[in-house]
Amino acid sequence: MKTLRTKQTPQPPCFVCHHKAVVMGGSAGGFKAFSAILSPLPPGFSLPILVVQHLRPDDDGLFAWHLANTTRLPVIEPCDKQQIERGHVYVAPANYHMLVEQSGTIALSVEEKVNWSRPSIDVLFESAALAWGERVIAILLSGANGDGAAGMLTIKESGGLTIAQDPTTAEYPVMPQAAIDRGAVDEILSLEEIGQRLVELGGCKAEE
Amino acid sequence: MKSPENEHTEIDLLLETIYRRYGYDFRSYARASIERRIKLFLASTGCASVSEIIPRVVDDDEFASRLIRYFSIAVTEMFRDPLVYRAVREEVVPLLRTWPHCKIWHAGCATGEEVYSLAIVLREEGIYDRATIYATDFNNEALDRARAGIYEMDKLQEATRNYQQAGGKRSFSEYYHARYKSAAMDSSLKERVVFSGHNLASDSVFGEMHLIFCRNVLIYFNRDLQNRALGLFTESLVHGGFLCLGTKEDLRFTDFRDQYEVVDDKARIYKKKDMP
Ligand SMILES: C[S@@+](CC[C@H](N)C(=O)[O-])C[C@H]1O[C@@H](n2cnc3c(N)ncnc32)[C@H](O)[C@@H]1O
Repeated sequence: MKTLRTKQTPQPPCFVCHHKAVVMGGSAGGFKAFSAILSPLPPGFSLPILVVQHLRPDDDGLFAWHLANTTRLPVIEPCDKQQIERGHVYVAPANYHMLVEQSGTIALSVEEKVNWSRPSIDVLFESAALAWGERVIAILLSGANGDGAAGMLTIKESGGLTIAQDPTTAEYPVMPQAAIDRGAVDEILSLEEIGQRLVELGGCKAEE
Repeated sequence: MKSPENEHTEIDLLLETIYRRYGYDFRSYARASIERRIKLFLASTGCASVSEIIPRVVDDDEFASRLIRYFSIAVTEMFRDPLVYRAVREEVVPLLRTWPHCKIWHAGCATGEEVYSLAIVLREEGIYDRATIYATDFNNEALDRARAGIYEMDKLQEATRNYQQAGGKRSFSEYYHARYKSAAMDSSLKERVVFSGHNLASDSVFGEMHLIFCRNVLIYFNRDLQNRALGLFTESLVHGGFLCLGTKEDLRFTDFRDQYEVVDDKARIYKKKDMP
């Protein structure tokens, strides 16, 4: 149903409808963290979720396959130019950087490693900021290196929402701590709280 | 801060300028990667914005060619995705044998590792001597390195495992000659290879082919340019000829899906259908 709005009384935008996607990054300890966050999400969750986990070059879809067993959302290791759909989880394939196009498709690249990683979290986050600006929610999880901190900062500076796993609860605190130290983080939450926050943020079923 | 819209417009202008001034057409490249490369280029030059580099691109050829090199992502590996070479051995070579002569095109060969990898497979399968191999790229610097065939020793040693997984029948070190920290590929591996400049965005077909390798190049193109490149491949291939794409490039997402049948889904090997 459409509600009438006048210029004098603007409605605040629905927070979820306003957003385009959730982007998440993890490294050492990432699998547990991702599954803890994804498992409470209901089928039909209203945003797409894009995931970069640092993988061995010979992962061959194994990470995505295991992750699929922990969530009710469909998990996909996408091909280049694949359409991004709500309620789906897209996992960057080993040996490729995963970027997004403004039009809502996946773009893969084999360019050089960034932070010794391909896929790299910074690459995904920076491309999401460029494509969708403030309409991005970014989450940085457990890990033992500095990937993701620069990307979190870019997203925050573009007006997006940035959430870090509370380092005191992370298996490897270095990665979320690096983002916090750079002033790139809006909210510091435990895994359980991040899950709840997403349910809350993704609860609106209204179409854009 | 600059709005994303303004930034997109500036990038359009930059790409248009490069096209008009130098004839290189990046207007139909996938935008996310192009934007990323421009950001990296900006960082390397100390320029603050895209609008700042446009006048320099117009005036300074050297500056422009540095930028154009940033758009060519010539990153590659020996026997990248071993399963692909294994599939070529098992599913493509038996059919290549049935032709008296076979012509192979590596489109977007970068620094040549893929060309030498396939040459090794053809040699081990006994059909190298009747192959003619065209290795093309628009990046002339990369082509020079491909022609030279000299690679870092560390990289080659790392590739040994891939060679074995690809079904390699000998010792990988038989194919190169080590000199200090680098190694030269055995010169017999380039006897049948013609390296040459070719731009998939502007050049046309140059011969009939039996097998085309174009891996991890189409990911950098938008749909229009992909269609152009796939059009060239389809025009070049003989009926029953093979097309091999990157492992994350799916022909099913393109306009050409009906003109090919799948030979090996995982290795992204397709075969051109016989059309009435
Ligand atoms: C990532 S490399 C792929 C190398 C190799 N095929 C592989 O898969 O390992 C991409 C190559 O495509 C080339 N390329 C990009 N646009 C091109 C065009 N319009 N025409 C010809 N080559 C192009 C680049 O110069 C680069 O060398």
